[in-house]
Amino acid sequence: MFEGILLICLFFLSVSILVGLYRVIKGPSMPDRVMALDTIGINIIAGVAIFSILLNTQDYFDIILLIGILSFIGTISFSKFIERGYIIEYKRDY
Amino acid sequence: MKPNDVILQTVTKVVTFIILTFAVYLFLAGHHEPGGGFIGGLVITSGLTLLYLAFDIESVRQGVPVDFKIVAAVGVFIAVATGMGSLLFDSPFLSQTYGYYNLPIFGETELATAVLFDLGVALAVVGTGVTIILSISGDA
Repeated sequence: MFEGILLICLFFLSVSILVGLYRVIKGPSMPDRVMALDTIGINIIAGVAIFSILLNTQDYFDIILLIGILSFIGTISFSKFIERGYIIEYKRDY
Repeated sequence: MKPNDVILQTVTKVVTFIILTFAVYLFLAGHHEPGGGFIGGLVITSGLTLLYLAFDIESVRQGVPVDFKIVAAVGVFIAVATGMGSLLFDSPFLSQTYGYYNLPIFGETELATAVLFDLGVALAVVGTGVTIILSISGDA
């Protein structure tokens, strides 16, 4: 019963990731793709959480925090590249 | 128009401490739980990368006055030195040992020499990662 609920949740998370993937491929502009990748990262976090409940283990909890950190840094670097054209500058002049 | 990064910089000042704390946790948990020197070093690298993203190379160099090529070299030296240290006790190269000690706060704690080797791995990973990022992304 409970396992069935978790599998249904995983199914809908997969559907959500597929919708995000459609936006990544089809998205007309680059910010659309970056936002879709961020959403996919969040959905993957939820998927890992449900998967660790399904496997009855706590060993994947570090992965959740790690994906959150990496998704955050990746989104910020993509945004900075889109907005400024460079990612890391040598010396700020402001 | 001057670029305004105040939200990014304020968030970075808080989040970097969380990331570095998580890195230390991963580093120390490596003996009994998932984690270890490699992933700890990579998380430290990502925290420093966030600092480089929000600020610039020169400011971070003032805050963290470390040459990361030397950090990588020191890490490799520590890893090799812990391996050579086992030769002093008539054991084969890279032999590891551990013992239980009563520490002031933690009580009875298992201390292993594998942590020192892991420290070398972590420093090597941090040095290599930050050196690569600084080499390929600096615009000067």
